[in-house]
Amino acid sequence: MIGKLGLYLQYPFVRYALIVGVLIALCSSLLGVTLVLKRFSFIGDGLSHVAFGAMSVAAVMNLTDETLLVLPVTILSAVLLLRGGKRAKIRGDAAIAMISVSALAFGYLIMNVFSTSTNLSGDVCTTLFGSTSILTLTKQDVVLCIVLSLVVITVYVLFYHQIFAVTFDESFAASEGIRTETINLVIAVITAVIIVLAMNLVGSLLISALVIFPALSAMRLFRSFRSVTVFSAVLSVICAFSGMIVSILAGTPVGSTIVAVDVLAFALCSAAGRFGGVHL
Amino acid sequence: MALITVKDLALGYEGQKIVGGLTFEVRTGDYLCIVGENGSGKTTLMKTLLKLQDPLSGTIELGDGLLRNEIGYLPQQTLVQKDFPASVREVVLSGCLGKGGFHPFYTREEKALADKQMERMEVLDLADRSIRDLSGGQQQRVLLARALCAADKVLVLDEPVSGLDPRVTEELYTLIEKLNKGGITVIMISHDIDAALKYASHILHIGKTVFFGTKEDYLKSETGRQYAARGGEER
Repeated sequence: MIGKLGLYLQYPFVRYALIVGVLIALCSSLLGVTLVLKRFSFIGDGLSHVAFGAMSVAAVMNLTDETLLVLPVTILSAVLLLRGGKRAKIRGDAAIAMISVSALAFGYLIMNVFSTSTNLSGDVCTTLFGSTSILTLTKQDVVLCIVLSLVVITVYVLFYHQIFAVTFDESFAASEGIRTETINLVIAVITAVIIVLAMNLVGSLLISALVIFPALSAMRLFRSFRSVTVFSAVLSVICAFSGMIVSILAGTPVGSTIVAVDVLAFALCSAAGRFGGVHL
Repeated sequence: MALITVKDLALGYEGQKIVGGLTFEVRTGDYLCIVGENGSGKTTLMKTLLKLQDPLSGTIELGDGLLRNEIGYLPQQTLVQKDFPASVREVVLSGCLGKGGFHPFYTREEKALADKQMERMEVLDLADRSIRDLSGGQQQRVLLARALCAADKVLVLDEPVSGLDPRVTEELYTLIEKLNKGGITVIMISHDIDAALKYASHILHIGKTVFFGTKEDYLKSETGRQYAARGGEER
């Protein structure tokens, strides 16, 4: 088995997939803690459907670099959802559901009506479940992913305390002079960037799992914001890495294997939390 | 010069007036209680004082060199905080974030300040515990320590004792009284008219009639007598 793994690791596309997978898992789990606590667990789902819609448009328009269209559209939707949340007429979960299903429907519709591909259902399936796209990354994709991940991690570390304050108590944060609108904007933008990156890995239907499971698992065990954040990042990386190895060896789809490992980790953490949690 | 001078303030949402004609001032060392029925605009007034919301009309002036972010705030607890994984120290330290715009790390002074305020609120021994594991009274003291880190001249408290049992309520009131005696100006929203009359130096009553004055004058006024009597009956 080790030999088989060694053989696969000689291929650059397998190495690319592992690098990208680990980075995406790390980034998504960082934001996950905040999103879960802000009661925005489903934002990942909503945004990824928007990204799917944008991707269909990009495919139909025959754009060479889909990200150029998908990223701005997703960022815009994230900003509208997370920022407008308070004043909007349709709020929170309803707004997310509305945007998510309509983007999904229009995306599929556009793909069907204007399709240029011969294997339509294969294309759709890939976008929804990310089945093979992680293994077809070009060197350019990998570089883009590394750069964006580093940006996300840097921004998160620099704004860590403000993100905590805004997540824990937005009115207090505003009263002491933190620019809560700006911090919410930062959260929205990096959420969107992560979603677009993660679409390559698990596809748009399974992204929420990557965002919420590590955070939820960490919250079963740990009790301070910092330990929850650190543990969820570590756990997410471990799950993504082992999920990818399993999928390579067993020939299972990458995205769903990673999510299955995340679910398993959550079950273990819940059990461990019940029998005496760590009080850190 | 007063710390806070409010002139002819009208409050509301989207042009809908809730309450108008508010004129009052707060001086250093005052203990002002804001009383009135639900929906009379108490919380809206507080948010306006903290500049979280704009008034419909009227002015709020700060005097004696008081800056807007030198007003410490104890908001009502939100649903999100009930199961939030955060240590007491993390929460209290977040009160230090208002001092500088860009703030990736806490300085040694800020950590010392947080320790000092935790000690003052008698929660230093809980510093590494998670806030969701504490009792209601302990949580309020932690949030008071956070407010004191942000500002120790003026404290604005929104229903600080709601949901607490009578003994803990009494303890918290005593603690707030001690802070006030130590020179901190207190502005408190309260449902509890008895406590307002016991601890406050000034009363602002908002509702159909608006009253502002010292506690003694309030008790002599028609509004005050009626409200105090009804507050007594409700219990």
